[in-house]
Amino acid sequence: MGKLMLGNEAVARGAYEAGVTVAAAYPGTPSTEITENIAKYDDIYSEWSPNEKVALEVAIGASIAGARAICSMKHVGLNVAADPLFTVSYTGVNGGLVIMVADDPGMHSSQNEQDSRIYALGSKIPMLEPADSQECKDYVKLAFEISEKFDAPVIVRLSTRVSHSQSIVNVGEKENYQLKEYKKNFGKYVMMPAMARLRHVEVEKRMALLKDYSENSGINKIEWGSKDVGIITSGVAYQYAREAFGDVSYLKLGMVHPLPEKLISDFAKEVKKLYIIEELEPFIENFAKGLGIEAIGKSALPVMGEYSTQLLKEKILGEKVDIGSVLNENVPVRPPVMCPGCPHRGMFYVMRKLKLVVSGDIGCYTLGALPPTEAMDTCVCMGASVGIAHGMEKARGKEFGKRTVGVLGDSTFIHSGITGLIDIVYNKGISTILVLDNSITGMTGHQHNPTTGYTIKGEPTKQVDLVKLANAIGIDRVRVADPFDIKEFEKVVKEEINTEEPSLIISQRPCELLKSVKYEGTLKIKQEACKNCKLCLSVGCPSLVDQGDTVEINEALCVGCGLCTKVCNFNAIVKAGETNG
Amino acid sequence: MDKLNIMIVGVGGQGTLLASRVLGTVALKKSYDVKVSEVHGMAQRGGSVVTYVKWGEKVFSPIIEKGEADIILAFEQLEAIRWLQYLKPGSGKMIVSSQKINPMPVITGKAKYPDNIIGKIKEAYGNTISLDALEIAKSCGNMKAINIVLLGVLAKSTGIEKEIWIESIKEIVPQKVLDVNLRAFEAGYNV
Repeated sequence: MGKLMLGNEAVARGAYEAGVTVAAAYPGTPSTEITENIAKYDDIYSEWSPNEKVALEVAIGASIAGARAICSMKHVGLNVAADPLFTVSYTGVNGGLVIMVADDPGMHSSQNEQDSRIYALGSKIPMLEPADSQECKDYVKLAFEISEKFDAPVIVRLSTRVSHSQSIVNVGEKENYQLKEYKKNFGKYVMMPAMARLRHVEVEKRMALLKDYSENSGINKIEWGSKDVGIITSGVAYQYAREAFGDVSYLKLGMVHPLPEKLISDFAKEVKKLYIIEELEPFIENFAKGLGIEAIGKSALPVMGEYSTQLLKEKILGEKVDIGSVLNENVPVRPPVMCPGCPHRGMFYVMRKLKLVVSGDIGCYTLGALPPTEAMDTCVCMGASVGIAHGMEKARGKEFGKRTVGVLGDSTFIHSGITGLIDIVYNKGISTILVLDNSITGMTGHQHNPTTGYTIKGEPTKQVDLVKLANAIGIDRVRVADPFDIKEFEKVVKEEINTEEPSLIISQRPCELLKSVKYEGTLKIKQEACKNCKLCLSVGCPSLVDQGDTVEINEALCVGCGLCTKVCNFNAIVKAGETNG
Repeated sequence: MDKLNIMIVGVGGQGTLLASRVLGTVALKKSYDVKVSEVHGMAQRGGSVVTYVKWGEKVFSPIIEKGEADIILAFEQLEAIRWLQYLKPGSGKMIVSSQKINPMPVITGKAKYPDNIIGKIKEAYGNTISLDALEIAKSCGNMKAINIVLLGVLAKSTGIEKEIWIESIKEIVPQKVLDVNLRAFEAGYNV
């Protein structure tokens, strides 16, 4: 009997079975569970790195040293890791090197929906694309073989539906992989112009060999059915196509770079009508069209969002779906919100009250841009809050700078906020930056990071001292404040934004979801004391319910953090057990 | 067997994951092909969440689309009506717990929580089952067992042997809360 596994868990299993001994990653939805699952294997060294660039460099080091190594990230993480990526293509590997990248079509939890296949093309690195959990495991193992056979790193591309769907996996035995010998080889591993020119020649030779592999290895395979319709597809789009079209002919591509020229041409010749079905960019389609093949792809299907069986039926077969009786009901949306008890809520309350321009960042606190807080002006990428705040000040002057702050989480600050902060100091900016130290990486589901003092395996380690760090780079004004002590927090923010030098405010309170955080029971509104002024609603907690004539607290949601009691002028919010009214 | 498409819908943080793991285990014991799909990350923070569970001889797409669900297990009323159009016309069955959790637009007064949701669903789908799963879970000894109460109701609807469900729950649920959950399953099964 097989095991039911997430695609991400199957990747971890594949790495284990392939004899991987080093794994590095920065968490990012939908890739996070890969490395969380790898961390469960005691014979693999695993780590959360500060960012994806470092993660890839660690994996490259492990590979050069002779180990099989894997590193994992979400699609936008590959942007961060792009610098080592393009050059490790030249150096090639010693032990096998596999880079997992998870795309997010439809942007369930991302800021863009870029297509990672473009990176494979640009960096001349082979790329595989599994379509279910079994293939996740099999392709990861195969990727290590390809990596060593062709002296190339290999990218395995996932997407949200592959990463976060569970399907049946047959597990195998662990391969007894021995470290490869380490030999100094500067012609291969020191990329200076003279050596890099020679390595580029090797890269081109390798790509020619990989094309043969793509044609003949069987990873790209034809499933013949009716030849009236032929479909070229890969990844989860294959699953939608199979369900929508049934018994037609399929060319399922497991290797999406380099693509098999002859296989695609031969398949195209055999079928009457050819469709190319791929989410996001017309990557396969452009390649096929370059071969002079006629096919229907993006002329019928979108370049945006996720595909589905019904979308294919509708756009290609012209079939409308019977959805039966639909109630004509106005159903309010339920957008994600910051949790009751979230420490960010107090901070955003102050930002909103002071009407500051808030340069935001990537994390749970990005939700502060939405109602009811609506206290964020920008959010671009990891760490961008710092540089953007600085750029705003330089564009509009110091007075504007005094109304502008950058806000980012502790993990995001370590990821790529530090360099921006150094820029502010070096180039005489006056920005105030708030680092939200909630003792964990929140949004991706509680991973440790260099500020928490624990490793991925929960072992105690050194902790970055944010105060000393800021002092060392030249910030003299560093303040630590509790965002739930609203009055003091507001005072600190006012003082810091009004100085003519850079400041760092560490907003310190742990994530409410941490097991170590215990508040004392839920709260209740003492109706006889309540003036129904609704000021408490301004903190924007989902536990506070506006009933028109009254405000009530939803006891099932309230965690008793007490933030709302700090804004009530009538002491009307009390512990649920302490009132009769 | 024929295909069976089950959706579990609720609000982030309600603990729908455990229910889907039990459903996955049941499918494995019955030697069905199975896919379980959900989205993690930002959407989970108090937002509307959905898990798709598909059983069959061979399952391709991991997601269930409009008009395709045989059963929807709803942990909350508003979520039940939000996903209603995913039920199969005619034969689809809604199992809904009567909990209400206000979404942010209702909390801020920008929208109204619809009235009489369960009545309206029952009108559209005759074989709807509604229950106060929270109350039942509490009476079994743990309000968190709400998911297993609902699974009990679902189990009865599928016609799959009760023993397989119980074995699966024993495999998935931690030992220290197993008794409560077995009671919760029984209570749901007998609704």
